[in-house]
Amino acid sequence: MADAAPSRKSLRSDIAKARGLGAAKEGVAHWWAQRLTAIALIPLGIWLVASLVCLAGADHAQISQWLSAPFTLGALALTILTAFYHAVLGLQVVVEDYVHTHAAKLTLIILIQFAAFGLATAAIIALLVAAFAG
Amino acid sequence: MAGHPRPLSPHLQIYRRQLTSVLSILHRFTGIGLAVGLLYLVCWLIAAASGLDSFDQLQSFNGSIIGRLLLLGWTVAFFYHLLNGIRHLAWDAGWGFELPAAYKTGYAVLIGTAVLTIVAWAIGYYQMGAF
Repeated sequence: MADAAPSRKSLRSDIAKARGLGAAKEGVAHWWAQRLTAIALIPLGIWLVASLVCLAGADHAQISQWLSAPFTLGALALTILTAFYHAVLGLQVVVEDYVHTHAAKLTLIILIQFAAFGLATAAIIALLVAAFAG
Repeated sequence: MAGHPRPLSPHLQIYRRQLTSVLSILHRFTGIGLAVGLLYLVCWLIAAASGLDSFDQLQSFNGSIIGRLLLLGWTVAFFYHLLNGIRHLAWDAGWGFELPAAYKTGYAVLIGTAVLTIVAWAIGYYQMGAF
């Protein structure tokens, strides 16, 4: 990088040397997934919040009845999985922007991903239990 | 390359505040808040799955002052992140980048958030028989 005049001794092309050096690296897949989950969460999020608002003050029996409807089960599972995916992508960007030591950055991103997978699994199991055994 | 350390992200303390930058950082804050809200939603589902007692405990916390403030915060965060997210998607599609448009949609997001939050809570209180 120091020598301004490019030496032509190397057989590697400029693009081959530059590839992978920037801050973004494999950013396109992340960017695209964030947008896709965002679009999916527009109807899913509105449905969830509208449902919860309509369930304000509902007792356990009413909630169990709502949860055991096949549509609720499917839509809620989809919403939770998509929301966790979207949250992981978003939190990762926040960590990348504001945590500057490599070790802390990597640790936090791994923890966020582990937590998201664990919590999403817990949510799906709770959903099934509430729907079928509640 | 390895010169003196330069700031790596916008420094909120020294950056001159303007509507667009405040809305931008609010998108992040509400996003983080909604991730915590997602955690709370999982707790709520686990409580519902654990039976009547744990569910009633959580519901009575929801009805407390702190519970209501949290739920209100998450409602505001949800509608803000939803509307501003749509604004971001429009930008991604190349629409609304001009400064007047960015300000107009910015104010629309704020007004929309307030209106939708009030509507949602009015319906919620109506469901509970408040009026």
